[in-house]
Amino acid sequence: MHGVNHMTIPIRKFDTLVIGAGGGGLRAALQLAQADANVAVVSKVFPTRSHTVAAQGGMNAALANVLPDNWHWHMYDTVKGGDFLGDQDAIEYMCHAAPRLVVELEHIGVPFSRLDNGKIYQRPFGGQSQNFGGAQAARTCAAADRTGHAILHALYQQNIRAKTHFFDEYFAIDLIKDDEGYILGALVLEIETGEPLIIQAKTTLIATGGAGQLFRTNTNARINTGDGMAMALRAGIPVQDMEFFQFHPTGIAGKGMLISEAVRGEGGYLVNGNGERFMERYAPNAKDLASRDVVSRAVATEIHEGRGCGVNKDHILLKVDHLGSEVIRKRLPGIRDMVMTFLNIDPIDAPIPIFPTAHYTMGGIPTNRFGQVVVPQQQGAEEPVPGLYAVGECACVSVHGANRLGGNSLLDIVVFGRAAGNHIIEYLKENRYSRVASQCSIDAAVAHLARWDQRGSPMGSGASSETVDGLRNELKAIMDHYCGVFRTEDVLRAGLDKMLKIEQRLQNVYLRDHSKVFNTARIEAFELENLVELALATVASALARRESRGAHMRMDHPQRDDVKWLKHSLFFKGGMLDYKPVRMKPLTVEGFSPKPRVY
Amino acid sequence: MRFSIYRYNPETDTAPTMQTMELADADVTPDMMLLEALRLLKAHDESLTFRHSCGEGVCGSDAMNINGRNGLACITPLVGLTQPITLRPLPGMPVIRDLVVDLSQFYHQYRSIKPYLVVHDPEPETEYLQSPQERDKLDGLYECILCGCCSTACPSFWWNPDKFRGPAALLQAYRFIADSRDQATAERLDALEGPYRLFRCHTVMNCVDVCPKGLNPTKAIGQIKKIMLKHLI
Repeated sequence: MHGVNHMTIPIRKFDTLVIGAGGGGLRAALQLAQADANVAVVSKVFPTRSHTVAAQGGMNAALANVLPDNWHWHMYDTVKGGDFLGDQDAIEYMCHAAPRLVVELEHIGVPFSRLDNGKIYQRPFGGQSQNFGGAQAARTCAAADRTGHAILHALYQQNIRAKTHFFDEYFAIDLIKDDEGYILGALVLEIETGEPLIIQAKTTLIATGGAGQLFRTNTNARINTGDGMAMALRAGIPVQDMEFFQFHPTGIAGKGMLISEAVRGEGGYLVNGNGERFMERYAPNAKDLASRDVVSRAVATEIHEGRGCGVNKDHILLKVDHLGSEVIRKRLPGIRDMVMTFLNIDPIDAPIPIFPTAHYTMGGIPTNRFGQVVVPQQQGAEEPVPGLYAVGECACVSVHGANRLGGNSLLDIVVFGRAAGNHIIEYLKENRYSRVASQCSIDAAVAHLARWDQRGSPMGSGASSETVDGLRNELKAIMDHYCGVFRTEDVLRAGLDKMLKIEQRLQNVYLRDHSKVFNTARIEAFELENLVELALATVASALARRESRGAHMRMDHPQRDDVKWLKHSLFFKGGMLDYKPVRMKPLTVEGFSPKPRVY
Repeated sequence: MRFSIYRYNPETDTAPTMQTMELADADVTPDMMLLEALRLLKAHDESLTFRHSCGEGVCGSDAMNINGRNGLACITPLVGLTQPITLRPLPGMPVIRDLVVDLSQFYHQYRSIKPYLVVHDPEPETEYLQSPQERDKLDGLYECILCGCCSTACPSFWWNPDKFRGPAALLQAYRFIADSRDQATAERLDALEGPYRLFRCHTVMNCVDVCPKGLNPTKAIGQIKKIMLKHLI
């Protein structure tokens, strides 16, 4: 790349560039390809290796196949689960669309598990109720415990059928735009050859997933480095509600692999070192199926107060052996495999040691319910950025508010992937002609691409010993320690100081491997830059929010404060914070007003 | 702990070499998987190149040849591997760099079996009904993660990667034939006729032996042959 003149960078032109080939990106691409839009999907991994593949438990929809259900009840649960920070227009839209979209997935081939009457199998999941807070509901449509795999593969297969254009193993560096602020695609890097490529498009959809790699112990794949969110930040777009990071109550203790909520949905429960079913004390009604933030705090509290399990009292046990071999083999085969592989335990015989583990980024690129990226401008708090869309975990619609319900993530990506696809089709009708990217936006992206071609000073003359691997390990340890389940002003402030130092030190990191072909060291360096941006956003947003809501627990401000803090945070690159109101008004029904959240 | 790792960088190397690499015993924990060891080795030498992502055996990125046998690094425990642990790229595929191979041919074969549900009837407004027994027939088929361990362990695929579909693609072909909702069985069978696409399988069963998900492509291939025979009669 040294000295590469950007005039020599090849350009490809499409109607739409989709960045990311998980469920959100593929659902949008399918909608577009079927409407004969010319769509390119760029993914840093082969599509079926995207992290949607790891989703286990299922996808919520009020089909009422097992117990009575209603999309309005689903909406209530989602608003309450998000501790009233979710935007209720988007939540109504999602819950209302859910049954139709599950059926659509079934029609394209997803191998859902079945009930005796031939309909889609549904299981109970956390935070679900009938009749606005009544008895437990069974709303999660499942393909055993491999629902994400089943959905991702089916969506990829349909895209093969629709002849979507895939750029597999291309890494997106930065967005490009014109002088009026229209987003016009991105500069990308072909990993195999190390060659840059400009993909010009009238519309760009970011669907790059979450940033679970911010934390040392997490359930996420290595690729979950929040690339799209960081790209948006660099393009001047804020990220919203980053202080809300979900810790899943049941990661494998000490390792982090996810043990699906489906295990508790099928009847598993948590016990502490005294053999007590402690969730009864924290959530008398929902018990083990309270929402994830509640269960995670309960698990952390039990361990903190000396009631953990094992020699070091450092974990909690998830008891499943009472479910019987038949249920475990049939409904939880993937979990059983994983526990046997990583713990040498067969859950048919013995309980699973678990610990709360970083899992899901509730925050992300602010969008409206059409998937359009929206930012504060002169006219208002939510003005669309022309040509730019975002869906899925990298976006913040916000349907999950301060805490996502299990089973709502696969739903989110399918609903808003489709909605964004539809909106893009309309946009393309009105914007038929390509715009011209501004030179300075291309120059900036090319300069960024060249960053990791820099070589450190020769050994001996003050050569830096900093490495990508070393700095990344420090970043994750800082996030674990200073921005975990329980937070305080002092700890967050110390964490922010440490992260700012990491940001400084990143300037002194140089690669030793400068080869072009499949240089994964270079990709990891770009990913680390992205993680640093998002770690700063997360800690700074958490420090500013002096209340406890959903997944954000401030020990020094333990109450929710709807007077001061019923609002979304917006973090801008450079550290500025802004706020905007929560959309409390749904589309057709009455809004749900904040009330005490009890499970 | 000693490793012998296939190294090849097309920009600097004229031929591949096997490089000895070592991890201090203090860095190795008893329950460690091979992928973690590779990550530690890469921390020392960032030029060491391999794919990986989920770390739990569901994304299929880190397939490689481990002591002569294809598998996923992330779910292969170090304990039980004879030293030096010899790592090579998946056999028979063009090597891009180190342990990274070009899987284009493998993906092409997957796409060519039309791996998607085909239904000719008008769609109902609810889900297609499928009994639990009908759904059971998809178990052992739909779980494939496209890691490539099976096809790249198959001698028939090594000789004819352009003509023989290979075990992974054929497993998926059967996944759709076996699906009670699919209405393209005849077309699917027709598309597998001839001496190569299906019939190059000589039941060597390497695919069954190496599949990290415990699937059985040989059995699926046998089922396709059986159904073909029935259709002939």
